Amino acid sequence: MRRVVITGVGVFASTGKDVNSFFENLLEARSGVCRITRFDPSALSVQIAAEIPDYCPQDYFPPKRLELLDYFTQYSLIAAREAMESSGLEVSDEERPRFGVVMGTGMAGANTFDSGYFNLYAKQATRLHPFTIPKIMHNAPTSQICMEFGAQGPSLATSTACSSSGHAIGAAFHLLKYDMADLMLAGGSEAPITYGTIRSWESVRVLAGGNGDPARACRPFSADREGLVLGEGAGVLVLEEFEHARKRGAKIYAEIAGYGLSSDASHITQPTVDGPARAIRMALREAGANPEEVEYINAHGTGTRLNDPTETAVIKEVFGDHARRVWTSSTKSMHGHTLGAAGAIELVAAVMALERGIVPPTANFTQPDPECDLDCVPNQAREKKIRTAISNSFAFGGLNAVLLVRRLD
Amino acid sequence: MNVAEKIIEIIVREQHIEPGKVTLDSTFAELGIDSLDGVNILFALEEEFKIDIPDSVAQNMKTIRQVVDSLTRVLEGKDISDLVELAKGGAPAANT
Repeated sequence: MRRVVITGVGVFASTGKDVNSFFENLLEARSGVCRITRFDPSALSVQIAAEIPDYCPQDYFPPKRLELLDYFTQYSLIAAREAMESSGLEVSDEERPRFGVVMGTGMAGANTFDSGYFNLYAKQATRLHPFTIPKIMHNAPTSQICMEFGAQGPSLATSTACSSSGHAIGAAFHLLKYDMADLMLAGGSEAPITYGTIRSWESVRVLAGGNGDPARACRPFSADREGLVLGEGAGVLVLEEFEHARKRGAKIYAEIAGYGLSSDASHITQPTVDGPARAIRMALREAGANPEEVEYINAHGTGTRLNDPTETAVIKEVFGDHARRVWTSSTKSMHGHTLGAAGAIELVAAVMALERGIVPPTANFTQPDPECDLDCVPNQAREKKIRTAISNSFAFGGLNAVLLVRRLD
Repeated sequence: MNVAEKIIEIIVREQHIEPGKVTLDSTFAELGIDSLDGVNILFALEEEFKIDIPDSVAQNMKTIRQVVDSLTRVLEGKDISDLVELAKGGAPAANT
């Protein structure tokens, strides 16, 4: 059976505009959450988000190209460039039909929708800009990355809310495993910081308040947690068939060894224990891993009242006595909930934990919750040479994705 | 600034090309204007001149001179039915 390894990583997020600064900030428990600057948030009851600081699109794209790129596609291209550069790949023309892209997003071109519809409804514009459709479509990042890097192989986009990029990476993994491609760029991106989007999330009543102290607003697994904080950004990984990577002497970050997915088939927003548990078990089974082998879980860990105790129950259900020993941190406490980018950004965090032998903490932990009694690595990073980690993504709509990564040595 | 100069200015702006490169005899093909660029330029012209350019007229524009002639007639409120006739069976502005 063909094996699949990760040979490149890229991140563009509030907590860092490249993988190194991103991971360093996570280890220092530094939050990327701040008062929203992208627009005037004064009218909102929630005025905070994990924004990419001082973002200037012109630093990354020439003007003509930029006109066709919503923020979520810009972020995806920036992260893909870093992933490609770190992989050292030079793709030949003969390899292009075996080189594909799978990218996930939940909300796609929310900024373009928001500004376009503002013109339409509020300013009574009679026409919308002709680039509206190519900018908003969910597959824009996939297609733009394909065009930039000449990827002509199996390519698609996924949209399963907060599991979008978990599913994207899982799909890419299986395209490689089942011999439909040799190289894949996979990940996800999201740019949900618009007036309309924040208003929509406000009304679901899952956002943390925290206007007075944005950096401490998101407190997963803490008894005093208030909810999630929306974040923006992208994560992209280079996945490569093992022999292909070995032959070119590539640096191998980790092996993707297992992927599990499931549907709760229960409730459109309320999670179950059974659905996510089946996804974790499926990932373990594909990897041939015992539950005890898993040493680190990058949790879905949104910091909402409902997610964290449910996820705790899921982990106990699958891992039994081992559940209290396995380190389980939520890096969303720092980079926010990046929705369709979350699975990819958090997998990069897990891969870097394997690579560097140090696990990022759950920031802002204040007081234990008896219903969330896992070892959530509170506030302080911990050193340990871990070999196997999983990354959980559980979405609104009850669609779950779990990825298992392992050191190769 | 007359209509032709204004149109050239808009095309230069939207295409991010050097001003000197666009003349009345330039074709869209020569200027690297593809179907999506074309609809973008039409949008900019409609916004600038506060007019509607019917698809049937738009499809017949292949050179800057054709754009200027068509727009001049639209702006003067002239009958453009012969242009519409000419354009029948033309290619769509963009692939869907």
